[in-house]
Amino acid sequence: MSLEALLPLAILASSLVPGLLIVFLDERHRRTRTWLNMIGATLKVLLVVGALVGVYHGIEYQAVIPMIPDYPLLLRLDPLALLFVSLSAVLWLLTTIYAIAYLEGSPHRSRFFGFFSVCVSATVGIAMAANLFTLFFFYELLTLSTYPLVIHRETKKSLHAGRIYLTYVLSGSAVLLGAIVWLHSLAGPFEFAVSGGALDHVDPRHRPALLVIFLLMVGSFGVKAALVPMHHWLPVAMVAPAPVSALLHAVAVVKAGAFGIARTIYDVFGSELSHALGGTQVLAVVAGVTIIYGSLRALQQDDLKRRLAYSTVSQISYIILGLSLPGPLATIGALVHLVHQGIMKITLFFAAGNLAETLHLHKVSELDGVGWRMPWTMSAFTVAAFGMMSVPPLAGFISEWFLGLGALNGGAPWALGVLLVSSLLNAAYFLPVIYRAWFRSRSNPWHENLPRHRWETHTWLLIPPVITALLVIVLGLFANGLWSPLTWVRIIAEQEYPT
Amino acid sequence: MSAGIAPWLLAAPVALPLGAGLLMTLLVRGRSLLTLVAGTGVLIAVLLLLDVPVGTRLELAVGGWPAPLGIRWHLDLLAIVFLTSTAVIALAVALFAALHLSRSEPAIARHFWAPLLFVWAALNALFLSADVFNLYVTLELLTLAAVMLVTLENNQPAFDGAMRYLLVALAGSTLYLLGVALFYHATGTLDLVLAAGAVPPAALALMTVGLMAKGALFPLHAWLPPAHAAAPAPGSALLSALVVKAAFYILLRLWLESAPNHDAGRILLGLCGTGAVIWGSLLALTQARLKLVLAYSTVAQLGYLLLVFPLAQGAWTGTAFAGGVWLAVSHGLAKAAMFLAAGLVMYTLGHDRIAELRGLARHAPLTLFTFGIAGVTLMGLPPSGGFVAKWLLLTAAFGSGQWPWALVLMGGGLLAAVYTFRIIGAGFGEGPIERKPPRAPQWIALALAGLALLAGVAAELPLLQLQEAAP
Amino acid sequence: MTGVEVPLIYVVTGIFIFLRGLYALFARPHLLHKLVAGNLAASGVFLVIAWSPQGGPPDPVAQALVLTGIVVSVAVTAYAAALLARLEQTSGKPYLEHDPDR
Repeated sequence: MSLEALLPLAILASSLVPGLLIVFLDERHRRTRTWLNMIGATLKVLLVVGALVGVYHGIEYQAVIPMIPDYPLLLRLDPLALLFVSLSAVLWLLTTIYAIAYLEGSPHRSRFFGFFSVCVSATVGIAMAANLFTLFFFYELLTLSTYPLVIHRETKKSLHAGRIYLTYVLSGSAVLLGAIVWLHSLAGPFEFAVSGGALDHVDPRHRPALLVIFLLMVGSFGVKAALVPMHHWLPVAMVAPAPVSALLHAVAVVKAGAFGIARTIYDVFGSELSHALGGTQVLAVVAGVTIIYGSLRALQQDDLKRRLAYSTVSQISYIILGLSLPGPLATIGALVHLVHQGIMKITLFFAAGNLAETLHLHKVSELDGVGWRMPWTMSAFTVAAFGMMSVPPLAGFISEWFLGLGALNGGAPWALGVLLVSSLLNAAYFLPVIYRAWFRSRSNPWHENLPRHRWETHTWLLIPPVITALLVIVLGLFANGLWSPLTWVRIIAEQEYPT
Repeated sequence: MSAGIAPWLLAAPVALPLGAGLLMTLLVRGRSLLTLVAGTGVLIAVLLLLDVPVGTRLELAVGGWPAPLGIRWHLDLLAIVFLTSTAVIALAVALFAALHLSRSEPAIARHFWAPLLFVWAALNALFLSADVFNLYVTLELLTLAAVMLVTLENNQPAFDGAMRYLLVALAGSTLYLLGVALFYHATGTLDLVLAAGAVPPAALALMTVGLMAKGALFPLHAWLPPAHAAAPAPGSALLSALVVKAAFYILLRLWLESAPNHDAGRILLGLCGTGAVIWGSLLALTQARLKLVLAYSTVAQLGYLLLVFPLAQGAWTGTAFAGGVWLAVSHGLAKAAMFLAAGLVMYTLGHDRIAELRGLARHAPLTLFTFGIAGVTLMGLPPSGGFVAKWLLLTAAFGSGQWPWALVLMGGGLLAAVYTFRIIGAGFGEGPIERKPPRAPQWIALALAGLALLAGVAAELPLLQLQEAAP
Repeated sequence: MTGVEVPLIYVVTGIFIFLRGLYALFARPHLLHKLVAGNLAASGVFLVIAWSPQGGPPDPVAQALVLTGIVVSVAVTAYAAALLARLEQTSGKPYLEHDPDR
């Protein structure tokens, strides 16, 4: 097998093999498990770096695994795939480090880390998918591998959350499967097209059917992407431990949904056809509603994780809004926000996890003065929060800038209004947290949950959020650098809109 | 593979289990060992037969007596697929029983082997048969051996379930035989292929109704849940995974080879399938006992198989055929795994009430995991064989413009998810156990489920061949 | 040997016996009656198989079918009778339970 075929498979295997091994490992073999995990995660990052270099030099990586006649598993490392793969690989490494410390002493860790790794494999599989069959294949694998993570704590609330999660997601997947097979019955088997769509050969008589299929597809992807009104599972799933929430909300599930929509619009239908059919207009409106709704609900939440959950509902729709507006600027904004939002949100969840794990703090109203007890954690939180509020020169500002430009450029000034309102709302629900943490003082002593550490909490709980917070700053400051996500996304946009 | 050996190899899958079964009356000890030896022999013979190139029809006239008076066996792709999957499942169940049954149900362990071997021999003979009367005889043998499995537990529900099964089977086989009579008088032959096109609708209808009764196809399914639930776990595995498929196999051959042009009848079969999916799934949701959930799930999954008939038309015959066959194979693997796991649940907890499954996740995680993995096939999610089959059937549905069946397929998958996760969700939390579950049998059940899970990944070559070999 | 004739009346009678037997198999509650009814229905089918239009030579296939069918029927009946005896021994009455455990 050639190197070009081996690399995508290796990227997949670097988390799948350790994951499957770990699932069956006995709880006692802590060290083996940690080694397997860390080797897998590091290997994946190295492979991704190698892939980046290779693609930069024009190498095409592709792997084919035959499955059904005419519908193989097709993995390809195009620029969009690499964007999502890189995000997943880096954040997986950081979340693994975080989770090892977070879950110290808790039961079922083999099950957790095993499925955690399988989950990441599913995510990179989604990223590298080059046809709808492969995309669906890994999309469902993601559903199955995230269920054990959501119910990890096995409490009544966790099991209930798991049931809700499955209800939403499996219903979406049934619709998605039907839509995909329907599309193939009209268009025959096809692969994702890097520029333009793959459906140019379909008879124009089928246009109405294509519109329905488009809406069904983005709708079912929208379940995982938490579009209103299918978003309910996301706040409910907050009962899962913090590493799960961090992974689900920064990388895996919600981004997979948004990614699916991106592939549908750009690589299946093509942006021209998508806009001509009219489906994108509907999508844009739904995204706009979700943005405002999510932010409004976030304001009402006292539970910190739920506030962050609704914030995610809102923020993912920024991406979807950008995807559904015409023009390269909106595309750039959407895709770069996919990366930036991921990094900002994971920082926020790391911080929330630290507060819960170290000091048993779950509610915003309890956070008075915590900035002075846990300065590193809350500094990271503050940086990420300012990023979410689109404060320059942080990463969030960059993506919002392009989204706003894209809105104007795409002839949808109302979208700019939505974005601005949402930024204000973001400030409204983040600033109070920051204010409380730094400018109020606490009367009673802290409820110390963990034994005293040298720093404010376990070192491995601190390193990941600090790193990601730094990234939020760096990716904003050096957005025009050679290796920044923004530059990468520009390449993708150029391919989609060749002029 | 020289042409001379191959026809004799055809005799092995029937002769080995039949011979071993008859020897059981002489043996007091070593029964499980003999079964495993005979079973391994069958598996080897079947694997060797896989080597035969697709498209050749191997034939064997048993005892040298030529047709139409003698029994003629022939091997084509459909037969070899069923022979192989049956061999894998039966051997796995036998291994499970050999390791576990003497510990969990010592009173009946000695009596399990003969019925298992006869069921296996009858199935293999059925798959190899080429004419409608041979199918009748082998089906009768299969029924008798299967009823034996149901009676093993030696209690009231077992005898009741067995009697019900036997009576329905009796009615079914008489109907079928009447159909054979009409078949023979109208076409002048008993051979399925030779009679193609000349089969009168009355004969087809009688045979179909008879087969539906024997195969628990809605609405003639009522006997299955009590019978399958009353049998010991390895017996239920054989019954749900293998025995019921026999009727489907015959229906496939009948409708696709002999009587390809009865569209209205096919739609009727599809409607029965829809009824099975809905009714079976809904009832599976409300059962209090695990084995009854699994039994009603079988009723529902058999309904999917009936959908093959309206879908296998015109250009899409191959696709639907491949999907249906793969579904039958995958379901067999998954359902056998689930019943074996249910047996382990009964052993560990002392009962199989769903409301009190708490503690499984803690003390028997492999068993719970088996339910999950097997459930993936029932739900039709990737990478399982069930998913691949569903994709093919959906492709045939949309391609031929018969999209209502697609809705049945998609809805059924969701219903399967509900009752599967009902089982899994019930296993969490703290609860008492009676005994620790044994390791090796848990791994056997998990391995079967794993095979079903991976049946999608390695599927391209067999699927391609099935598509092309469709009658 | 000249041709054998099994006239159509045998077929009609056979179908009638079959239907009567099938009905009794379901309608009558006593298990032994069900068993006998089943045998009756099978006999009706044998008559249908044996139909031979006038003038034709004896059909060995039909004979083989009927003989095999009788053998199978005997075996099934014997087994069912044994099962019936055990059932009655266990439950006390030769009837099926009306509602299996749900």
